Amino acid sequence: MIATDSAVQRPTDAKLLVVDSQRNLIHVPRTAFVEFLRPNDLVIANDAATLPASLSGVHQQTGKSVEVRLAGRHSLDPLDVKHFRAIVFGEGDFHLRTEDRPVPPTPHAGDTLQLGPLHATVEELLGYPRLVSLLFDGNADQIWAGLASHGKPIQYSHMQTSLELWDVWTRIAGPPVAFEPPSASFILDWHVLGGIREHRASFATITHAAGISSTGDEYLDRFLPFDEPYHIPIATAKTVESTRRRGGRVIAVGTTVVRALEAAATDDGHLQSGDGVAKGKIGPATRLRVVDAILSGTHEPGTSHYELLRAFLEDSTLERATSELITHHYKTHEFGDSVLIL
Amino acid sequence: MTASSDPFSDLRVAITGGTSGLGLALVRELVNRGARVAFVARTRERVEQVAREIPGAHGIVGDVSVKEDIYPIAIQITGELGGLDVLINNASDLGPTPLPMLSDTECEDLEHVFATNVFGPFRLTKALMGALAASAREGRGAVVLNVTSDAAVNAYPGWGSYGSSKAALHHMSRIWNEEHASEGVRFLSLDPGDMDTPMHTAAIPDADPATLKRPEQSAHEFAEAITEALPQITWMERHDSHGFSSSASN
Repeated sequence: MIATDSAVQRPTDAKLLVVDSQRNLIHVPRTAFVEFLRPNDLVIANDAATLPASLSGVHQQTGKSVEVRLAGRHSLDPLDVKHFRAIVFGEGDFHLRTEDRPVPPTPHAGDTLQLGPLHATVEELLGYPRLVSLLFDGNADQIWAGLASHGKPIQYSHMQTSLELWDVWTRIAGPPVAFEPPSASFILDWHVLGGIREHRASFATITHAAGISSTGDEYLDRFLPFDEPYHIPIATAKTVESTRRRGGRVIAVGTTVVRALEAAATDDGHLQSGDGVAKGKIGPATRLRVVDAILSGTHEPGTSHYELLRAFLEDSTLERATSELITHHYKTHEFGDSVLIL
Repeated sequence: MTASSDPFSDLRVAITGGTSGLGLALVRELVNRGARVAFVARTRERVEQVAREIPGAHGIVGDVSVKEDIYPIAIQITGELGGLDVLINNASDLGPTPLPMLSDTECEDLEHVFATNVFGPFRLTKALMGALAASAREGRGAVVLNVTSDAAVNAYPGWGSYGSSKAALHHMSRIWNEEHASEGVRFLSLDPGDMDTPMHTAAIPDADPATLKRPEQSAHEFAEAITEALPQITWMERHDSHGFSSSASN
């Protein structure tokens, strides 16, 4: 598939491959997404806004320049921003693939980092030399101000220009808790939400701290996705219940929504509202208890996102779909085309 | 009325232009009613001073007329409050004083007035619409209050930049209100009246303060208008529908 290199969330020529319940493969313009909805369906998206999680700075013990990418938090509590899981990279801008960066100084517990106005201490190494737990100085307001003024969204070397927050915040972006954008939701704008209503379907959101998709380190990538905190609003849990009663389908927009909803599902298929942490991976062996269908980006075999799609489709159909995506020149990555698996 | 029975209790509110005049009065009024308030203003010293004077209020340094400041402002608002129920676009620019006739107004001055009074509220509201709509979906309601002026509807000589910018903001509010009614996000466009504020003094230096409204009175009226626009839910319902388990609301 072709890597998208421009940061347009809703390009007019965006494509959608629909895999319907009879396993037919249907190519349509992505704007036709709402035409596949039925009355009483429920579309659920992740309303997390994206953090400026890339922080440039200096490892003070060696004086060397580093890039720190924030990659995880214990909770979504607005005040709980002193501790972050983070990955340390060598110096370099978005043009340079992380794999090609110089090796960063090896951090040790107690080392300090000056990241613009933010000052942080390495609390501990998390089982791998570049994966650390950071403790930021200051109170929550000071840390938010430092992130806002100094942080940049995590960048991608396949893009033509560097990304700003307005490139990566979805139209529905709310609490800033995602480390990379929940990009499946780029399809949504206020007009599309109106279209969902016109088709007598419903829309709801969860908040899920989408983590980083790749570390540039093959060994570390095997541990992705990390544990991710989420929040299921009471209103969303109620809407899922009423959708079930009326025979509608629960359609997740993006892999993070599947992860949160299935983590919050009870054994008998009910959805528990409130806060939780999504752990483990979703794959071919997963029995989905809440989600019936997924609207997602296009994903390549071997990625954790592709593995998640295997929970929705048998391998032969997924392979057929992947082949169609390649043949029909679908674009991939954050700003790419989409698939809808019904 | 106890704090927990006030409709503003546990409400998450952002106010631009929050360090003087009506904005400062609104910060005080809403904090006193139990709201969790983030306020925005350009001058760091003033922001820090007001944050010290009003414990619990979150001060954010930023200029809504500057495009590059909007997302840093938005992320601090939703980051610190964990979401947003009410946005008050109050920051305003009068333009040069003494107030020139419109044909004597420099284009750059007109552009700057529009940058503060129209494009700033437009950009900030757009960036925060997701948070506001989420609040509405959760049953908490969502309100955007745009502060306008009678100069938006009356043609006062000398008030060309300010009046035309407020007319644009007023009409934008009406269109937003139509477009987002089905999302449950309400838009109000309210004129606070002639108040005894630094902006009024700059516009009409010889006005008798005794004839002007106190900004505290307008802040109280605005709080009542927001209350009427919000769904009538109990504090407990609002607290239960709250975004996240937060030590801020315990």
